[in-house]
Amino acid sequence: MPETKFAPWTDPNEKPLIQFRNVTKRFGTFTAIDDQSFDIYAKEFFALLGPSGCGKTTMMRMLAGFETPTEGTILLGGRDIAPIPPNKREVNMMFQSYALFPHLSVRDNIAFGLKRDKLPADRIAARVDEMLKLTRLEKFASRKPHQISGGQRQRVALARSLAKGPKLLLLDEPLGALDAKLRQDTQFELMDIQEKTGTTFVIVTHDQEEAMTVASRVAVMDDGRIVQIATPDEIYEAPNSAYVADFIGDVTLFSGTAMNRAPEAEPIQETAEAGTEAAPEEAENPETETVDTPKAVTDIGVPVEPEAPISGEPDAPEPARAEPAPAAAPAKAARGPQPNRMGLWLHDKLWAKVFGPRTDIVRQLPPPSDAERTLKSAETEPVSAETSRAPGGGITIDWAEGQPPLIALDGPEVKDGQQVQLALRPEKVGISKTKPDAVNALKGKVIDIAYLGNLSTYHVELENGMMIKAQLANTRRISRRDITWEDEVWVSWTGTAGVVLTS
Amino acid sequence: MMRRVVLILVPYLWLLALFLVPFAIVLKISLSDIELSIPPYTPQLDLSEGWEGIKAFFAALDFENFVFLTEDDLYWKAYLSSLQIAVISTVLTLLVGYPMAYAMARAPNHWRPTLLMLVILPFWTSFLIRVYSWMGILSTEGYLNQLLLSLGLISEPLLILNTNVAVYIGIIYTYLPFMILPIYSALERMDDSLLEAAEDLGCSRLTAFWLVTLPLSKNGIIAGCFLVFIPVMGEFVIPSLLGGSQTLMIGKVLFEEFFNNLDWPVASAVAVILLLILIIPIVLFQRNQQKTREAER
Amino acid sequence: MKRLTWFNTTSLTLGFAFLYLPMIILVIYSFNASQLVTVWAGFSTKWYGELLRNEAFLDAAWVTLQVAVVSSTIATVLGTMAAYVLVRAGRFWGRTLFSGMIYAPLVMPEVITGLSLLLLFIGIGLDRGVLTIILAHTTFSMCFVSVVVSSRLVSFDRSLEEAALDLGCSPFQAFRLVTLPIIAPAVISGWLLAFTLSLDDLVIASFTAGPSATTLPIKIWSSIRLGVSPEINALSTILIGIVAVGVVTASLVSKRQLMRQDADEKAAVRAEA
Repeated sequence: MPETKFAPWTDPNEKPLIQFRNVTKRFGTFTAIDDQSFDIYAKEFFALLGPSGCGKTTMMRMLAGFETPTEGTILLGGRDIAPIPPNKREVNMMFQSYALFPHLSVRDNIAFGLKRDKLPADRIAARVDEMLKLTRLEKFASRKPHQISGGQRQRVALARSLAKGPKLLLLDEPLGALDAKLRQDTQFELMDIQEKTGTTFVIVTHDQEEAMTVASRVAVMDDGRIVQIATPDEIYEAPNSAYVADFIGDVTLFSGTAMNRAPEAEPIQETAEAGTEAAPEEAENPETETVDTPKAVTDIGVPVEPEAPISGEPDAPEPARAEPAPAAAPAKAARGPQPNRMGLWLHDKLWAKVFGPRTDIVRQLPPPSDAERTLKSAETEPVSAETSRAPGGGITIDWAEGQPPLIALDGPEVKDGQQVQLALRPEKVGISKTKPDAVNALKGKVIDIAYLGNLSTYHVELENGMMIKAQLANTRRISRRDITWEDEVWVSWTGTAGVVLTS
Repeated sequence: MMRRVVLILVPYLWLLALFLVPFAIVLKISLSDIELSIPPYTPQLDLSEGWEGIKAFFAALDFENFVFLTEDDLYWKAYLSSLQIAVISTVLTLLVGYPMAYAMARAPNHWRPTLLMLVILPFWTSFLIRVYSWMGILSTEGYLNQLLLSLGLISEPLLILNTNVAVYIGIIYTYLPFMILPIYSALERMDDSLLEAAEDLGCSRLTAFWLVTLPLSKNGIIAGCFLVFIPVMGEFVIPSLLGGSQTLMIGKVLFEEFFNNLDWPVASAVAVILLLILIIPIVLFQRNQQKTREAER
Repeated sequence: MKRLTWFNTTSLTLGFAFLYLPMIILVIYSFNASQLVTVWAGFSTKWYGELLRNEAFLDAAWVTLQVAVVSSTIATVLGTMAAYVLVRAGRFWGRTLFSGMIYAPLVMPEVITGLSLLLLFIGIGLDRGVLTIILAHTTFSMCFVSVVVSSRLVSFDRSLEEAALDLGCSPFQAFRLVTLPIIAPAVISGWLLAFTLSLDDLVIASFTAGPSATTLPIKIWSSIRLGVSPEINALSTILIGIVAVGVVTASLVSKRQLMRQDADEKAAVRAEA
């Protein structure tokens, strides 16, 4: 992160402009805000983001003074603002409906707040002119609100709320009434004005794209609580919960049981090197990093042919037998039920003759357990000190019967057997017709393709019925793209592409 | 908060003092005895005597005025006849008003304000004058009879004025805007595409009207009917001017009891009973208004 | 574009003929020279002259006008307050009773209202006269005003008031500078409604007017009970004329405003594009 970046929240000496301290707001029995504490710093562009009914508007109305907290305090510049009525607060608000006074001209609307302060007429006029210039409304000063367009009304509302030079400007869904194109332009305009005036902005929105575009920090809210406060890129790249991951952008979530992998890298063998050098077959799939190879995985200790590695084809079943895997004995518990010696004896001597041989198939080879791994690595070679590009550590996530476990190389500390979720953004998922050389690769069928112009999102159904989204930039013309509906494809991603969520 | 209290209290107290308290007084006098003095009744409840007075009041409480109302068949006949006239004229007003409201709602957009103004205009004109205008038309030597005689449709002038027919005409005429306006506002809000959808789904014009338009204008119809029925029940001017001596309506009886017979307790008892009859439709009307308002939000 | 069907045209024509013919006939016959109102005997304006010389009518008209102006003004203030309470005050003790007292007088038979008010005035020893008529008229017409104003307030965007507070207004300033100018048309039409209701009222005035004060409807009533008279025709014509001119002007003004607003909005859309 560059040093010049505006980030007062990282500076312990910076005093916050607004402090919410254990604020709770109840309406009757309904709790709109549930014991929230957080800070907003001067000159920030702070976004409260959440679905409707999550409490974000209540939060804003408490700042404006139209609601008072049931419990807790809100400090503005160190002062409790609870006893100050809205008309005495140095806080102004831009309303969702703009709330322009229909009987007053644009100029009088902007001057309205200044006149309440009993300023001399010439100073009011000067300030109004300044605001008109800032919002490029000079031509419309004498018009009434119904005589101007939606975008102009939005600017009048902004000018009016900025005219008094508030310490804090609240914006309630400020762009909700504008159409998509105008909204984009206005977002940048808003950021520009915020920068020019140096006012602290708090914006309430349900539009994640808008929040991500304009805000310095985003607070994602759900059900009266702030789930995460972070910069837009952190929110997107490192969501702290499935809720945030799902709310911001598109995501595929895998739930499963986590297992820690060996803390150090596996030794890289010659074959692995060769595999890495082999370029990915799909030019469209630059994300498919080759950080791991089937061979390397094989070496972890799955005693089968190299063609069926850990991410091997599940539809090539193989009658499972306990006998070929004596090495796995200590890790039985981790692999699900296995017949014991007596059971085998009974099966071979008796049941097989009566009912025929056992037909239950293991669709998935069990993941290597810790014990196994240490055992194996001890057996093979001493641990190599070179870990720069070798995938080591991280976790595996056992997520579905008959599917290979997923590997996530970075993420929070987990205990073996802990339930976790892996959040995967579609643009981090590669798609190819042939099996790619990747840490995580799953086979599936293309069900749907959403063509968005610059991007295409492929909805791939895995063999266990789960849908996964893969997004590709459309760098080629449509006619040259070879993946289409009903195609059997591989989706793949690197060990660091997904985010492991424990809550 | 102080402001809010004042804001609520001023209209509240005004209505309490000049709307609710008077009803309590009517109730009280309806339980009193008649006396030949001014005011011509002896009050039964004397609050200045405190608790004793209240006890004495309940001891002396008599319903003799109400009993009197049941004994003299003039009163219950008047109630029944008012009810009958109110029901019939409400139905007739609906039959005249609905097609007009419907036609107005289906009229081209630029016509509607004019049509609406034409319906509202009579509403602003004096009620008395509008009733009066029919006296000249309906009398034996009136304009209607002159027209019919000159056309040769009748040979003898029709006797219309001073009959119930004239009363019905007068009620429909004066209360028509009250019926049209709520129905019109319900129909006007209706989305035209609803009818197109109904026809698209296989309705004929008539069934579309029956299954879509009519149910959607239900609240308007209910409001209109109450707006006609309730005031007509107590109507006094129309039966007095257009009705004959055989036209019995309770409003007229009350007025005469009060001004001609100076029997205040009986007049009050008549009013109390009338109010009891009307309380149910008034409550229903308010419910309907509340529902309509909530639906609009 | 909607077009009138045969059925709709017929029902509108017949309906409006029914509504307007009686009044048209009344107006025509007010210019009848004959004393016999049903026989046309040539054009004359002599009944208008008679009317202007009739002092009893003029006195009654003056009383009526005073009562109407005063009562409708008080009713407008009270009714606007009541509307504000109904729409904005939220819950308070006795709210149901309050809204009941607002809506009940709209449909209450006038004989009951009149009788109950009369008994109140006698009970508290208030002499019947102009004051009692004003009190009575204010009470029932404030309910009409509050219904008209509250229907406007319901559609009023509350954030306008909040914006005013946010920009530094006190609650009263917010009402005076923002709410009142915006709901003014509804308040004015509420006043007009209260005014005509008061001008028009016969029954309540009969109960509450004493011998000292007679209103025009009472005067008209006592003379038309005896039958149709050409003088009353002339008086009716004047009253109908005043109302017609007033209502038509008001609707033309508001129509023009609407059209101008429409044009403005179109211009704004063009300017945007």
